[in-house]
Amino acid sequence: MRVSKLTDILLTLAPLPLALAFTSLALLIVGGSPLEAYRQILAGAFESPAKVADVVTACVPLVLCGAGLCVTFTAGLWNVGVEGQIILGAIFATWVARHILWPQAPVLTLMVLAGMLGGALWGMLAGLLKVYGRVHEIFGGLGLNYVAQGLVIWLIFNPWKRAEGATMQGTDPFPAPAWMPTLGRLRVAPLAVILALAALVVIYFALRGTRWGLELKALGKNFRAAFLLGVPSTPRMLTAFAVCGALAGLAGAIRCSAVYGRLIPEISGGLGYLSLLVALLSAYRPQWVPPIALFFAALGVGSPRLELNLQLDSSIGGVTEASVVLAVLLVNGWRALLARRRALQEEAA
Amino acid sequence: MRIELVDIHKHFGPVRANDGVSLTLEPGAIHGLLGENGAGKTTLMKCLSGYLSPDRGAILADGQPLSFASPAEALRHGIGMLHQDPLDFPQMRVLDNFLLAFDHRFFPDRRRGKALLQELGTRFQFNLDPDAEVMSLTVGERQQLEMLRLLALGAQVIILDEPTTGISAPQKAQLFATLRRLAEEEGRSIVFVSHKLEEVEELCHRVTVLRHGKVTGEAEAPFQVNRLVEMMFGRSLPPTERVPVTPGPPVLEVEGLVVPSYQLTVEGVNLCVRAGEVVGLAGLEGSGQRLFLRACAGLERTAAGCIRVGGRDLTGAPYRRFLEAGVAYLPAGRLEEGLVGGLTLAEHFALAERRGPFFLNWAAARERAAAHIGRFNIVGRPDTPVEALSGGNQQRAMLALLPSRLNVLLMEHPTRGLDVESSNWVWEQLLARRAEGTAILFISADLDEILERSDRVVVFCGGRMSAPLEACRTTVEQLGYLIAGKDVGCEAGNVRRETEVG
Repeated sequence: MRVSKLTDILLTLAPLPLALAFTSLALLIVGGSPLEAYRQILAGAFESPAKVADVVTACVPLVLCGAGLCVTFTAGLWNVGVEGQIILGAIFATWVARHILWPQAPVLTLMVLAGMLGGALWGMLAGLLKVYGRVHEIFGGLGLNYVAQGLVIWLIFNPWKRAEGATMQGTDPFPAPAWMPTLGRLRVAPLAVILALAALVVIYFALRGTRWGLELKALGKNFRAAFLLGVPSTPRMLTAFAVCGALAGLAGAIRCSAVYGRLIPEISGGLGYLSLLVALLSAYRPQWVPPIALFFAALGVGSPRLELNLQLDSSIGGVTEASVVLAVLLVNGWRALLARRRALQEEAA
Repeated sequence: MRIELVDIHKHFGPVRANDGVSLTLEPGAIHGLLGENGAGKTTLMKCLSGYLSPDRGAILADGQPLSFASPAEALRHGIGMLHQDPLDFPQMRVLDNFLLAFDHRFFPDRRRGKALLQELGTRFQFNLDPDAEVMSLTVGERQQLEMLRLLALGAQVIILDEPTTGISAPQKAQLFATLRRLAEEEGRSIVFVSHKLEEVEELCHRVTVLRHGKVTGEAEAPFQVNRLVEMMFGRSLPPTERVPVTPGPPVLEVEGLVVPSYQLTVEGVNLCVRAGEVVGLAGLEGSGQRLFLRACAGLERTAAGCIRVGGRDLTGAPYRRFLEAGVAYLPAGRLEEGLVGGLTLAEHFALAERRGPFFLNWAAARERAAAHIGRFNIVGRPDTPVEALSGGNQQRAMLALLPSRLNVLLMEHPTRGLDVESSNWVWEQLLARRAEGTAILFISADLDEILERSDRVVVFCGGRMSAPLEACRTTVEQLGYLIAGKDVGCEAGNVRRETEVG
């Protein structure tokens, strides 16, 4: 049923050269030098402590959402609603920042918890729609993303508008206690990094070492059989949505508390969709989420340099991301095809 | 066109679906193909119509060898098949379905197609509205559409696979009249695949009987029904010695149960099963026995009646409540419904321990799995993924996963695909549970198995259940009559009287 060890290793490594070859081709077509472009991206992402801090900051929501998505993917669920769950987390955290005027420690704790609650509720909503309304989570999630986007814009333009008038710049800056402290003058909040790594470790062990994780895995691999073996499918699916939503909500809270210091219309910034790619590439194994997230974050931070120094469009970073994902999916398709052919051969023999 | 099938072999893995089958189809005749489930009828006809290619053997048309790579190619040679489930496009209109078959130009001529459809419809008195959506049609009408499609393509040999399942009595009469006309007036050959003796008797000129992939006999009309039954089901063996059981109190009581489904409704089932009893459920696939069995596990919605387990009313309760009441259900599809492909044996045993601790101890779980593996003779290790096990070992694993105390065990095809040794082992395990007071209900297509292992037998036919029969006083032949719905409806009392007279 499986491909041989050597083929397996080759197939695992294959996507990278494939994606690089494709991106290089695209670069050659637009008249750039691929090697120079990759050098610039790397330099743009890692040349100074400030750049590294930016990369780490960009990594945090990807790691949080990627870890959460490992949970829902393990359960066989496509939680596309993760984007909206980030937004709801940001909204709940913003409410705390605007209304609770306490010292920093309790305010930040409350913001983190509120963000997780908002995301979890929004995730549960997609789950409830699926279980009780027979709405597939992809469509439910996409719908809820639009609702969340509408909600944040309404809040910014109506009840939470700036004193001098509503603007796409977002709300007024939070009071000082609601800002997550950063490391010196760098734009990275150690607390955010700690929270993301802690969440990753918890998810890793929850999926590996608990009955809950095992039950989610069984549901994801064969829903009918898991149900017949007595796995309570509805509560497990709902908790999977809630856990992923909570982590996405935490990411949203961190974005507005540690990065922007206010609520802005594009608070989620497509990070939810990007983290879907992170989780897909990790094959739902949390331990692979940080390196993949780092790769995407570095591309995001480094590629604007192409515009400055090589007069290339920075969207080449997006092209690289997309071609990595496509290459991985393509190679996985080959792997399945090879495995099936081998199984057929064995059957014939 | 005279079609000869010569020595057709078709194997699926170790299963010999067709094992050297030969038969001849004469033009102008309706040829019946009889056999119980899994006898190889459909496989043979799929070989003839190009859906499958035989491993060995030849197909001759008027003495010329034919071979085709696809059903479309078979149709170009004039051979078409009407499948058990119509192969149409339910979301499309009748005319579009019809046009799809033969007008492959970029701009199909809808007017010509419509005219042809109406002309053919009038010829056979099929009243099909070209603009109706196919999903709004009855099964019988969809069958008529398929038939017109085959005729429009010039099929000289028309194969019908169980065509009377799910159609009304008038539609059946109309179908039979059409088939007679196609054969007797137009000289086409018709193959009528069925397991219903009555229909074969009424319609066919010749009949070939298959059993376990081999031809067990041929006959010309008029048929001797008892000979056909014998060819279909084999001779019954003398009943084996059985250990007497003293049944305990009733553990499963079913009263007036109605289980509706899209295809078939199970109606008015009354059954009381006592602790330690084994009840075999016989019947052709799709006669309602599976629906009934799943309803007893809380897996099907019931419309009326009640189900009591150990005296507690569980009518309409969710599956979990049934599990808690000590009901277990073992499905036939081992990797489809029984086991989770991709998980190891150890993971399965950890999963099956429903009240286990939240944090898993994998070392202990592996040890427990190893113990089960030893006790149930499973060829595998705790870390073996279940899909890597053989069918027999998967069945052993499923038995090993059952809770130790059970009130009712519901099983589909407990020994399907297993060799004799594995089958005997499975039954030893099952019968050992009787001593602990577990009642067993099982479905099997193997009538010998049903008679040998059960205390009582019930037969399902068209959604109705016969009265229970004592297994030791019933023969395979009697079951064969009941299953084929011959003459007696499904009233067990009648059967006995009639067969005793015969």
